[in-house]
Amino acid sequence: MRTLPLRRVRRQAVVGWLFVLPALLMYAAFVLQPVVLTVQYSLYRWDGVGPATFVGLSNYETVLSDPNLLGTIVNAFRLIVFFSFIPVTLGLVVASIMRRVAAGSLGTVARTVLFLPQVIPLVAAGIVWSWVLSLTGIFNQLLTALGLAGVTRAWLGDFDTALPAVGFIGAWVLLGLCIVLLLTGMTKIDPALYESARLDGANAIREFIAITIPSLRNEIAVCLTVTVIAALAAFDIVYVSTGGGPGLATMVPGLQIYVLAFSARQVGLASALAVALIVLVLVVILPIQRLGRGSVE
Amino acid sequence: MFSSEAIRRVRADLRAARLGALAFSVVLVAACATPGAVTTPTPSSQPSTAPSASVAAGPSCGTAPVELNAYFETGFDLPFKLSEEFTKQFPNVTWKISQDQFTNLMNATPRLLSGDNPPDLIRLPTMVSLVKDGLLKNLDGYVTAFGWDKWPAAQLAQNRVGADGTRGAGSLYAMGLNYSLTGVFYNKKLAAQIGMTTPPKTVAEFEGLLSKAKSAGLLPIMVWNASASGGGLAFPLQQLMAAYGPTQPINDWIFQKKGATIDTAANLTAAQHLQQWIQAGYFPTDANAIQYTDANARFGKGEGVFIFNGDWQDAGYDKDIPGNAGFFVFPSAQAGGSVAAMSAPLTYGIATKAKRADCAAFFFNWVATNEKARQIDVSVGGSNPGGPTNLAIPPAAAGSVINETLAAGGDVAKSNGAMDFIANATGSIFAQGWTPELQKMVGGKQTADGLLKAVQAEYEKELKQ
Repeated sequence: MRTLPLRRVRRQAVVGWLFVLPALLMYAAFVLQPVVLTVQYSLYRWDGVGPATFVGLSNYETVLSDPNLLGTIVNAFRLIVFFSFIPVTLGLVVASIMRRVAAGSLGTVARTVLFLPQVIPLVAAGIVWSWVLSLTGIFNQLLTALGLAGVTRAWLGDFDTALPAVGFIGAWVLLGLCIVLLLTGMTKIDPALYESARLDGANAIREFIAITIPSLRNEIAVCLTVTVIAALAAFDIVYVSTGGGPGLATMVPGLQIYVLAFSARQVGLASALAVALIVLVLVVILPIQRLGRGSVE
Repeated sequence: MFSSEAIRRVRADLRAARLGALAFSVVLVAACATPGAVTTPTPSSQPSTAPSASVAAGPSCGTAPVELNAYFETGFDLPFKLSEEFTKQFPNVTWKISQDQFTNLMNATPRLLSGDNPPDLIRLPTMVSLVKDGLLKNLDGYVTAFGWDKWPAAQLAQNRVGADGTRGAGSLYAMGLNYSLTGVFYNKKLAAQIGMTTPPKTVAEFEGLLSKAKSAGLLPIMVWNASASGGGLAFPLQQLMAAYGPTQPINDWIFQKKGATIDTAANLTAAQHLQQWIQAGYFPTDANAIQYTDANARFGKGEGVFIFNGDWQDAGYDKDIPGNAGFFVFPSAQAGGSVAAMSAPLTYGIATKAKRADCAAFFFNWVATNEKARQIDVSVGGSNPGGPTNLAIPPAAAGSVINETLAAGGDVAKSNGAMDFIANATGSIFAQGWTPELQKMVGGKQTADGLLKAVQAEYEKELKQ
């Protein structure tokens, strides 16, 4: 242990803080302040411009008792299946197949194609998919060509299929991200592990379960975190493709907050729902974080 | 040794951390004022002072260079063409025009009006809450200065807000660039196919045509009902309401009169008819996924015999199906009964803190009275330019559906059948009430009775806020 003179230690610390200060100020002004303000607004009844009335926790009571608002939270959890579980599961499968069979230039092309949705702005993706999934869109044309004309419908306008259809768009966007993350993780796995497994007579599926998945705990945790947040805080895809409809079939908290704050001008209630959403995201994400960290220690 | 070193380090860090914390707390303390308290503008009980000295001299744009700060609605040419013509006639006036979709504009308006650079001229959504917050300029001074009080009173009524926050009477807070009319457009070729020679005289006759169209394999009515565009089924619903009952209770509800309800016997009959139309397959099956522009594009390509819409779409239909677009006012339940239509001013307002209010007000007056401006109103906007009764309505091109909508406007005025739109009753009754409930009706998940009750509940919830 090298000892440093006290003065130098102090100076180093101050200099360190000075380096952090600009970022810290930005963070305080544009992240912490809005969060604090949101918590504060949630205790008021306020239209965004006029005088505000302090109402205590009554906005939270509304969030927890209004079936429409609770319904948005249920929808967000249903989206997790599509935004999170499907991309991560499918991502694992696709990535391990790509690692085994698609090396070289073919792999690069496949990676690029699969990652492409991540590069396209979500709004553009939402618009394109709303064409594809419309009554006369490519998807229905394909179904008709396959002799499935009976099931064609306006996928985003049907009460039963709108939410899965939105979820499908989300899965399409997030799959590429998961594949790239997981592929990168796989390159770090020691090939000797596979080799010894093969010597022990393990087949591809056994290797996948016994080596690939445990080795990728960290990457899987990151994928889950990113995609779960994308599901719970979904806005762009839903706003563009369905606007929350039909009825409230695809209304999610993010969109509901926007509607409440800006068109209903109930800033207090919108803020309360936003705080509830933050808490919800934390409650869901923290266990996933522990899962990832557990593997390191 | 190790521990004392560590403690020293921690102390130094702590001291530096305090610096950071100070920066944080400055921000946080600033955040903890009561929201709105600082920026609260003049309360509504004290209407902003009417223009005084300048009005006596006649408000105008003067002769010095003036830049009008304006917010227009994307997708509608009319205000842009009017502003070009205005600058041609008054070269000292230039424009700084910002534009946005109406739904975005609706959401941004309170902040635009209360901001540091408030618009001189802005397309307005529902205005009662804006007036309550003191964000819109009281135009009463201009009413007398320009003699708007000598115009037909009904023209200005929808833009008046009383001290109790109800619309329809009181001080003037906005002006219409023109006055639109809604009704039923039809594709003349397809209508001939189902034997329609004259517009239907009763609802029953209209329903007969719908049935004929259906059995002829045509789509009877094209409609948009996706969330992003808002529930277009509210158009036929309101027309049915006015066919089966008087317009006054509907207007009272829209104007937020005390105790007003949308859940009436006449409206129930109307909603039941709409539901029958849906169940009979008179609308496209994918109605809930159709946006406004898609619906009009599909109608323009010959899908749908009828479409419920307003005269702002005249120019579009003229272009898509030239000479083939017709229009009639929705008939009443009984033959010879009075007809009604949604008719609303294309509302523009002036911010309370606008720097060029006089020039903006002069522009309003110019739009309604200048010959060229009125011509643009008709040929570009497709709507009645309003203004004083002694000015004739400029003619539209021969064969244009504009001529039919303008003539229909006369019929509606004669039977005093003008209504505002039920979607305009409150800021979010369309997004939170009509649209989702009408979508549920299309999906077979809502009844006529349930629709009205749900919307009424949403209305009362919003008024309580």
